[in-house]
Amino acid sequence: MDLPVKVDGVSKKYGKKVVLNQVSVTIQQGQIYGLIGPSGAGKTTLVKLLVGMDIADAGTVQVLNQQMPNLEVLQEIGYMAQSDALYAELTAEENLKFFASLFKLKKAEQRERIAYAADLVKLTPELSKKVSAYSGGMKRRLSLAIALVQNPKVLILDEPTVGIDPALRLTIWNELLRLKEQEGKTIIVTTHVMDEAERCDTLAMVREGQIITSGTPQELMERFHARNLEEVFLRAGGEQP
Amino acid sequence: MRTGALIKRICQQMLRDKRTLALLFVAPLLVLTLMYFLFASNAVAPTLGVVNVNPTLVQVLEKANVNVRAVPDATKERVVQEQLDGVLQSHDQKLELTLENSDPSKAKLLQMLVNQAAVAAQLPSKSNPTGVAQAPSIATDYVYGNSETSFFDVLSPVLVGFFVFFFVFLISGIGLLRERTTGTLERIMSTPIRRGEVITGYLAGYGIFAIIQTVIVVLYAINVLDMTLVGSIWHVLLINLLLALVALSLGILLSTFAASEFQMVQFIPVVVIPQIFFAGIFPIEGMATWLQALSKIMPLYYGADALKGIMYQGATFREVSGDIVALVVFAAVFIVLNTFALKKYRRL
Repeated sequence: MDLPVKVDGVSKKYGKKVVLNQVSVTIQQGQIYGLIGPSGAGKTTLVKLLVGMDIADAGTVQVLNQQMPNLEVLQEIGYMAQSDALYAELTAEENLKFFASLFKLKKAEQRERIAYAADLVKLTPELSKKVSAYSGGMKRRLSLAIALVQNPKVLILDEPTVGIDPALRLTIWNELLRLKEQEGKTIIVTTHVMDEAERCDTLAMVREGQIITSGTPQELMERFHARNLEEVFLRAGGEQP
Repeated sequence: MRTGALIKRICQQMLRDKRTLALLFVAPLLVLTLMYFLFASNAVAPTLGVVNVNPTLVQVLEKANVNVRAVPDATKERVVQEQLDGVLQSHDQKLELTLENSDPSKAKLLQMLVNQAAVAAQLPSKSNPTGVAQAPSIATDYVYGNSETSFFDVLSPVLVGFFVFFFVFLISGIGLLRERTTGTLERIMSTPIRRGEVITGYLAGYGIFAIIQTVIVVLYAINVLDMTLVGSIWHVLLINLLLALVALSLGILLSTFAASEFQMVQFIPVVVIPQIFFAGIFPIEGMATWLQALSKIMPLYYGADALKGIMYQGATFREVSGDIVALVVFAAVFIVLNTFALKKYRRL
């Protein structure tokens, strides 16, 4: 089995605060891997190490069999940050075009991908509007479209569905499942939302810089004798629900 | 190609932001015009006391709009007592000018008028074949201050350089800072773009606007405000463009150390204002040694020195090449530091 993401014994400190402590993660190709945990648990730091935006103090981070950071691998990673990094003065289309042109894409392919990504997040009619006129949810959707624009093999989405209404959240999740099944993409998602966690193939619960437990949602529920993931999360953290 | 995408995006952003464009292109012109009128309004006809001066010269002076008054002697006390702007004495065929100089611009004007008059009085027939008159040496003394005290003609090249520097610094610094605070810079760094490409893109993108601004300011200063330009306008443009490049790379670099727009503005009194003091408004030669050493690390010192040389003294390219090299070195150092500063976002 191909392992597109291998994180081995990674630690990271900011000043004296230990943010990640001996974290190891392997993710199989064509999986949705969920990182779940409270804010400040170290999810975003782990994500940043995967995109090569930060360097681990100890341990190794490999994406697509390459040590990160690596410029070639970045071509194959679609990243959606927690904050919407968009240019408010520009229109949605200009934003998409700008980010698309930072990747190696042919002109025709670029146009095709922009149309596809915009359609996926249902922003096609709004493409010529300036981003400053967008609502929070629309900005989030545009960020997701940008992450998909270069047709990456690995998608890394940091809290992708915050501020998105339930109907659209469902569409996005269905599309993520389709991307996984039909195109064999590997998807890493961080989330707070338990019903999203249920749809992941593998879940890792992150707390205070450590992965306290991981497995399929089913396995986790059995292991902790829990009826739902919420209980798993509380029990794994040593709290009685 | 990626650099091209960056450049295009910066242009789109700038063109959307009309206020910033106005600040960049119109504000320097407004301030320069204001300063021009502030200095020009000083040009009330000066009063000159004369002692034993040849009547032809007096005639020429009066024609040049100088109030000439005969006084008994040419002492400094006389100047103060009679409220003169200066006194001119002819002594052993030599002219001695004593200037009151409490208002340097007025003193310089009077000195210039006396100089011109002395030349004109000496060559009434215009028989000089080269067209260049050798000014007769006039010994000049000052009641207050000295000859280093500046006035608008000396100041103007410095001002042109300063405004180009200041506005380019401000806009590029804040522009990049916004990218840092909104997370777009981080987002860009998560794509396969190289750090060098990012820096080149920003330099070129904002550089386009810096070039337009520089050309507008220089042309306006010379053609509309009628600033003295003895040397070549191309050299003036070159120096200003180099200053803009230094300001651009410095602005981008300092935005690394600011967490908000407010903190970026705080760099103005720390980094920009001190440079004015070393740009030749105050004579560098008279400063303490350590202050003189300090002036050598100020980019504006070199820019102003070169601009003053070209615009006011008619210096050739060769004569200002030292300043040009210094500016190029500043820009190169800042650009290299910038690519290192981007390591904060990604090691590669």
